[in-house]
Amino acid sequence: MDFELDQEQQMLAKTVSDFAKNESPVERFRKLRDDGTGYDPAVWRKMGELGWLGVPFAESVGGFGGSFIECAIVLENLETTLVPEQYLASVVLGGMTLARAGNATQHESYLTPMIEGESTLALAYYEAQSRYDVSAIETTATPDGSGYRLLGEKVWVLNGHRADHLIVSAKASGGVTLFVVPREAEGVNVTVAKTIDGQNAAFIKLDNVAVADDARLGEEGSGAVVLDRTMDYAAAAAVAEGVGIATTMLQMTVDYLGTREQFGVKIGSFQALQHRAVDMYAESELLRSISMASMVRADEEDPRTRRGDISAAKYQLATGGIWVAQQSLQLHGGIGVTDEHDIGLYFKRMYALNALFGDQEHHVARFASEPSSF
Amino acid sequence: MNLTFTEEEDAFRQEVRAWMQEAMPEELRRAAQGAGGLNFEESVEWHKLLYAKGWIAPHWPKELGGTGWDATRRFIFNEELEMVGALRISVLGLSMVGPLIMQFGTEAQKQRFLPKILRGEEFWCQGYSEPNAGSDLASLRMTAEDAGDHFIVNGQKTWTSWAQNADWIFCLVRTDPAAAKKQNGITFLLVDLKTPGVDVKPMLTLGHAPAFCDTFFDNVKVPKENIVGGLNQGWTVAKALLGRERTLLALIGPSRHVLHKVKRIASTKTVNGRPMLEDPRWRAKIARLEMRFRAHLMVSYRALSDQQKGKMPGPEASILKLVGTKLIQELTELAMEVMGESSLTWYNEGVCAPIEESIGPYFCYERSATIYGGSNEIQRNVIAKMILQLPSR
Repeated sequence: MDFELDQEQQMLAKTVSDFAKNESPVERFRKLRDDGTGYDPAVWRKMGELGWLGVPFAESVGGFGGSFIECAIVLENLETTLVPEQYLASVVLGGMTLARAGNATQHESYLTPMIEGESTLALAYYEAQSRYDVSAIETTATPDGSGYRLLGEKVWVLNGHRADHLIVSAKASGGVTLFVVPREAEGVNVTVAKTIDGQNAAFIKLDNVAVADDARLGEEGSGAVVLDRTMDYAAAAAVAEGVGIATTMLQMTVDYLGTREQFGVKIGSFQALQHRAVDMYAESELLRSISMASMVRADEEDPRTRRGDISAAKYQLATGGIWVAQQSLQLHGGIGVTDEHDIGLYFKRMYALNALFGDQEHHVARFASEPSSF
Repeated sequence: MNLTFTEEEDAFRQEVRAWMQEAMPEELRRAAQGAGGLNFEESVEWHKLLYAKGWIAPHWPKELGGTGWDATRRFIFNEELEMVGALRISVLGLSMVGPLIMQFGTEAQKQRFLPKILRGEEFWCQGYSEPNAGSDLASLRMTAEDAGDHFIVNGQKTWTSWAQNADWIFCLVRTDPAAAKKQNGITFLLVDLKTPGVDVKPMLTLGHAPAFCDTFFDNVKVPKENIVGGLNQGWTVAKALLGRERTLLALIGPSRHVLHKVKRIASTKTVNGRPMLEDPRWRAKIARLEMRFRAHLMVSYRALSDQQKGKMPGPEASILKLVGTKLIQELTELAMEVMGESSLTWYNEGVCAPIEESIGPYFCYERSATIYGGSNEIQRNVIAKMILQLPSR
C-alpha cells in the first residue's frame, strides 16, 4: 500500500503545474475561447517535445513506457488553469484507442506523430442515441472493393474539428469496428459546435466515406471491447481533471473567504461559511483519494478489479465534485455568476466532465450490476 | 503508487482471521453479532483471549507488551477485529489513557498502571465532559483543591462511558481557578473509582446499552502522585490524545461490517417475489453507499501509507472522523430501511434472525458517532482554522 508518487512522478507534476501557472494562465484559455481558435498547435508541439504526450505509451511507438498514472498527473495539473490543448481528446481518447487497437504500421503513421506533437487525434464514437453505450451506434461500414464505405453521423466529437485523424466506430458485418479516417477525407463533413465549458466539439457527417482496408484497426467486430476499455481510461481521466478543478475552486473560494469583507469582518470568519468550506475540503479530498485508486486501476486488464474504483471515482465526481463546484460559485456571491470571474469557467468545466464518459446514473448502475462488488 | 497489500500482508490477514475463527468461542461470536454487541463480561473474556495470544495492544511498544507490527499490520488486525464485531471494551485504557501515561507519566505510574491495562485487570473510563462543559471543554468546573500531599476533588463528570464497570477514571480537573486563560488552570488526574465519595450512576443510551454514566465526586481524596504531565498541564495532555483519535474514528471496519450485513439481509428479504439484492433499485441504493465507502477507504489508505513510512498522516486525515461517522450512520440507516417492518424489532432474542436483532440497537448507538470524540461541528471549526486557515472573528 503506497499512495506516494515516485520521484519522477512528483517532478512531472511540478513541471506541468509550473507550466500551467506560468505559460498558460486562465487568461490564455479565455483569449483562445473568445477569438475562436481554442488552442495553439505550437503549444501542442511543445508538449510533445516535453514528452507529456507520450507518457502512457510504449517506447516502441515513441512513448515513455509509463503508466496511466503519469497521464492522470498531466491532466490534473493542466486543468488547474484550464489549459485548452486537447490532451484528453487526443492522448486518452484517440491515443489509447489507437495504441490498443492498431498495428505497428498504424502506430507509426498516426500515433507516433501525435506523441511528437506534430498532429492531434479525435475519437468519433458517440452518436445521438448512444447514451454511454459504445455499441449503440448506427454508422455502418459497408464493404467496397478491398475497403469500406462509412455512412453515418457522429456527435460531440471532442477535437473532431481540428484533429488530423479521426478514429471512427462503425458497424461492419462482424460488429463494431474501428477505422482511422483523415479529417480532410472526401465525404467527411464537419460542423463545429461550441460546448458549455468554452471549448469546441464537432458534429461529423460521414457521407459514404471511402476507406482502404488498412485503415481498419484490428479485426472486424473488435471495436466494442477496445472502446469499452477506452471509456474506463477516459472516465479516470475526467476524474483526474476533476481533481484539478475541485482543488483549484476550493483554493479560490478559501482565498475569497479570507479577503472579502461584509458587516465589517472577513466573511470567512462566519461559521456557516467555514463549515461549508470544510465540507468542500472533505469532498475534494475524497475525490482526490478515489481518483488515485482509479488511475492505478485503469491499467488493470481484469475488468472485475478495474471497473469498481473507476465507477466509484466518477460517482464521486458527479456527487462531491459537482457539489464543490456549486458551493464555490455560491460562496463567491454575485461575482461568481459573471463571465468576467474565473470561478464560473471551472464550474462549467466540472459539469462537462460530469456529462462525459458516463454520468452518475450510468456508473451507479454499472457498479450495482457487477457481481464482484456484491 | 501501489494499491495492493503484499503477499505477506495478505497471509498475515489470513492468519489473524483464522485465529479469530478458532479462538473466539461460539457464544461470544453470537453475542458480538446480536443485539447490543458484547456486554462487559464478554468483552473481558475476549480481552483475556487476545492478551493470552499477545495481540491485545498491537499499537504499544514491544517492550511494554505490543506486537511489533508495522502500521499496515495493525490496520489489517483492526479491520479483522471489527469485522467480527468484537471491539475491545478497553479502548479507553489501551488506546487513550495508556498511551498518555507512556508519553507523560512517571516511571512509577507506568509500572503501576500499564501492565494491569494490558492484562485486563483494570478498566478505565474518561472524565472529561461535565453538564456545562461539552464542546466548550475548557470551561470545566470540577475542582481539585490542594490539601498538602493530596487533592480534595469535588464536582460532576458526565458521559463517563462504562464507568459502572471501570476501576479508574482519568479526569480533567480545575486546579487553578485564577489562571488568566481557562485552558491553563487544568490538570490531568487519575482517580481510583473505589475512593470514598465517588458515586457512579449509569443511564441507558438510545441503543439500550448502559453505556453512559454520571459520575459524582464529593470531597474525594486523590494523592498528588496521580497527576499526569504536571500541575496545570492537563490541556496539553488532553490535546495529545485528540490528535491520536483522528484515524481511530474513521470506522473503516465497522462500515465494512455493516455493508456486509446490509447485503446479507437484502439477500434474505424479498420484494416483488425476488430477493431485494437482485432488485436494481435496491442494488443501486447499496451501490451508492459502497462507492462512498471506497472513497473514504482510500483516504484512510493514504493516511496508512504515510504511517507505514513513519510519517505523520497528511492534513486529509482530518476529514476521516467527519466522513466516517456520517457514513456509518447512513449505512445503519440503510440496514434499517432494507429490513422494512422488521426494523421495529427491539431485543427479542429468537424472534428475528440474530443479524436483524443487531441492527436497531446498533443504529441507535451510532447516532453518537457524530457527537463523540469532538462533535462533527467542532471538527469543522478545527479544520477551518488549522487546515483551511480561515480567519477567526
